[in-house]
Amino acid sequence: MQSSLMRRLSVVDLYLWAFRIVVLVVVVWGMIGTIMARRYPGEVWIDFVVYGLSQGSIYALIALGYTMVYGILRMINFAHGEVFMSGAYTAYFVAAAFGRSGYLDRNPVVSLLVVLAVAMITSTAIAVLLERVAYRPLRGSPRLVPLIAAIGASFFLQYAFRGFFGSGFQAYPETQVLKGTWAIAGISILRTQAVVLVAAVLMMLGLYAFVMRTKTGTAMRAVSEDREAAALMGIDVDRAIVIAFAVGASMAGAAGFLYALVFKQVHFFMGFIPGIKAFTAAVLGGIGNIPGAMLGGLFLGIFESAGPILFLDGLGIVAPYQLKDVIAFTMLVMVLIFRPSGIMGERLVVKKA
Amino acid sequence: MKRMRIPIALVVALMVAGGPYFVPAAPAATVGPVTDPVGVVKIAKGASLTIAYWMVVAGPDASLGIDTRRGAEIAIADKGGKLLGHPIKLIGEDSGCNAEGGVTAATKLAANKAIVAAIGSNCSSEAVPGAPILWKAGIVTVSPSNTAPKLTAPDRGPTYDGYLRTAHNDKVQGRVAAEFAYKVLKLKKAATVHDGSPYAEGLQGVFTETFKKLGGTITAQEAISPTDTDMRPMLTKIAVGKPDMIYYPIFISAGGHITRQAKEVSGLANVKLMGADGMFSPDFMKAAGDAAVGMYHSSPDLSPEALGPAYKVFQEKHQKKYGEKPLAPFHAHAYDAAMMIFAAIEKVAKKDAAGNTYIGRKALRDALYATKNFKGLTGTLTCDKYGDCADPKIAVYQTLSADTAKWDPGKNPKKIYP
Repeated sequence: MQSSLMRRLSVVDLYLWAFRIVVLVVVVWGMIGTIMARRYPGEVWIDFVVYGLSQGSIYALIALGYTMVYGILRMINFAHGEVFMSGAYTAYFVAAAFGRSGYLDRNPVVSLLVVLAVAMITSTAIAVLLERVAYRPLRGSPRLVPLIAAIGASFFLQYAFRGFFGSGFQAYPETQVLKGTWAIAGISILRTQAVVLVAAVLMMLGLYAFVMRTKTGTAMRAVSEDREAAALMGIDVDRAIVIAFAVGASMAGAAGFLYALVFKQVHFFMGFIPGIKAFTAAVLGGIGNIPGAMLGGLFLGIFESAGPILFLDGLGIVAPYQLKDVIAFTMLVMVLIFRPSGIMGERLVVKKA
Repeated sequence: MKRMRIPIALVVALMVAGGPYFVPAAPAATVGPVTDPVGVVKIAKGASLTIAYWMVVAGPDASLGIDTRRGAEIAIADKGGKLLGHPIKLIGEDSGCNAEGGVTAATKLAANKAIVAAIGSNCSSEAVPGAPILWKAGIVTVSPSNTAPKLTAPDRGPTYDGYLRTAHNDKVQGRVAAEFAYKVLKLKKAATVHDGSPYAEGLQGVFTETFKKLGGTITAQEAISPTDTDMRPMLTKIAVGKPDMIYYPIFISAGGHITRQAKEVSGLANVKLMGADGMFSPDFMKAAGDAAVGMYHSSPDLSPEALGPAYKVFQEKHQKKYGEKPLAPFHAHAYDAAMMIFAAIEKVAKKDAAGNTYIGRKALRDALYATKNFKGLTGTLTCDKYGDCADPKIAVYQTLSADTAKWDPGKNPKKIYP
C-alpha cells in the first residue's frame, strides 16, 4: 500500500508538498507571532491597507498594459515599464512649467488634468510607435524574437531619456491642495492617495467598459481569441492590436502621472522596478485577464505594504522592510508553482502552444 | 549525463561570482633604475602622467562624484597641470554608488597599466569590492569620501593594503550625531533607518551604540533597499515605537522619499529628522522639497573657523571655475587626496638620463602610508597603518530653506553644532 503510494509520488511532487508545508508553517507562524504580540493597533493595519491599495492601484494600471498585449499577441512587452517612465518624465516638464508660473496652485484641477493628458498622450504615442517600428515587422517570427526586441526597445528608451535629460532625477512640484489628509468614513487618508485611488478606479472601470461594451473592444476580444478567424470575419487585426497597445500605454501614462503625484521623483530608470512589479501583478492575477491584472496589482500592493510586518515581524526578523521585494517575488514564485495560470486564471479559449 | 550538469553549473557559477577578481596580479619588476615588488610605471619623456578617478558622476548621487572630481581638478590646476615635467591626465569611470558599479569601474581601471594612482571611490559600497581589485593590479587608491568604519578596520585583510582615505571614519561622525541628538536636542528615543550599504549600516550602528551609551533608547533599527519609493509602511512601523527622532544616514533618492513621507505618517508629525553627509547636497533639497526644512545633517565641518584661510582661497577658485557653490561636502577631501598622491609621487619617482620617469608601485603605496603632518585643506593629515589619514571635523547643520539656489553650506544649511 505504502510502496505503491511512494511509487506514484515522484521526487518532484514530494519536494513540492514539502515546500507547500514549509511555506504554510512559516506564514502561519509569522502571522500568529505578529498578532499575538499585539504591538500594532488596528489603525496601523488600516494604514497599511490604504498605503497598499494606493501603491497597488498604480501597479494595476501598469499591469493592464502587459495583460492586454499578452492577451492579443501572446507577447510580453518588456518595454512597458519604459512606456510608463516616458509618460511620467515628459509630463514633468509641463508640471514644472505650471509650478514655476504659479498656475498649478491657482488652477490645480485644470493643470493636473493637462499634465495627466500629456503623460497619457506621450506614453500612447511611444507605444504605438514601438509597435509599428519594433514589433509589427517581427509578428510572424518565433515568439522569442519580439521578446528580445522588447528588451532592446526598453534599453533604447531608457538611454534615450538619459541622453536627452541627464542621468539625475527631476522633482515634480508640490501641489498645495493635495497636501494633508481627508477624513473619509472615519479613516484619515492622504489626499494624494485618495486622488490616486479614485483616478485608478475610474480608469479601470472605463477600460473595462471599453473592452466589454464597445465594438472596438469586441473586435479586440475576438482577435485575442482567434486571430485568423477574426480576420476572416472582417476584423482589422492590425488595428485591434494597435488599439490594445495604445490603450495599455495610456493606462501606463496615467499610472506614471499618479506615481509622480505620490512620489515626486522621476528619472530615466524609474520604470524598471514598477515595470517588473506590474508584470508580477499581471502574472499573479492571470496574464491575459483584465480583471485579473487589476486584482493582482491591488494584491501585490497590500502584500508589499503589510506583508513584511504580517509574515516576518512575528518571526523575529529585524528590519523586515528590507525584504519587501523578497515577499513580492516569493509570491510570484509561489503562484507560478502552485497555480501557474494566476489567481483569476489565464483567459485563453483555445490552449495555445 | 544528468549528474554532470550540477558540477558544470557550479563551475560556471563560481566563474561568474569570481570573474571580476581574475585581474592578473602585478608582477615584480625592474624597469630602468627602479626595482619594485609590485611593479613599475614608466612614463616616457613628455608623455602624460595618468591619475584615475572612480566616482559617482551619473545618476541620483552624481553630486557627490562631481563635487570630488572638481576637488581633484582644482588640485591639478594648482600644480599647474604638471608633475615632474609631465602633464597630469585625469581619466575616470562612473562607479554608480553600489557594489556592482564599484567592481565594474575598478576592473576597467585595473586593466589600464598607465594609471599611477587612483582617487576614489565615493560610496563605501563601491570600495568594499573595488579597492582589492585595484590593489591586485598594483594601483593604490585614496578615497575622498568613503566613511564606513570597516574599510580601515584592523581586520580588513591584506587585499586592502592599497587603500587609504582622507575622509573621516564614521566612528567619529556617528558619535557626533548621537551626542548632538542626546545632549543638544535632549532627545531620549530615536529610530534609525539604513539601506543595506556598508556606509549606512556602519554609520547607524555607531549612532545606535553611542546613543544607547549616553542613556537613550533606540525604538527601531529599520532598513529599506535603495530603490524603494514607498516608505510609508516602514515609517508606520517606526511610528508605533513613538521615537523623538529618525536618523537615516542613507543616500539622496531614498532619503528624499523618507523626508517627504515621514511627516505624512500619523504619529510622526513632530518627529525630528536627521541625515548625514551622503545627502548633504542641493540635489537632496530637490528630492525632499520643502519637507527638508528644519531637518538636521551631520557632515564634515567646512566652516572658516575649522578650516582656516586656505579653504577660502579654494572656495574662490571653485566659484570662478564652476560658477556655483560646492555640491557636496567632500571636495576638500578630494583636493587633499590628490595633493597627497602628488607629494608621494614626487618623493618616490626616479628619472633616467633620457628624461623618462619611473615610479615603483609598492614604493608609492608605502610613501602614501608614511604621510605625516601633511598640511591639507581639511587639516593636518597623518595616515595610520590601516589607511585612515583624516583630521576629522564633524559639524551638524540644519536646513533653513529647500531652495537649491540658496544652497550655501554653513549659512543654509546652517551650521549649529559644535
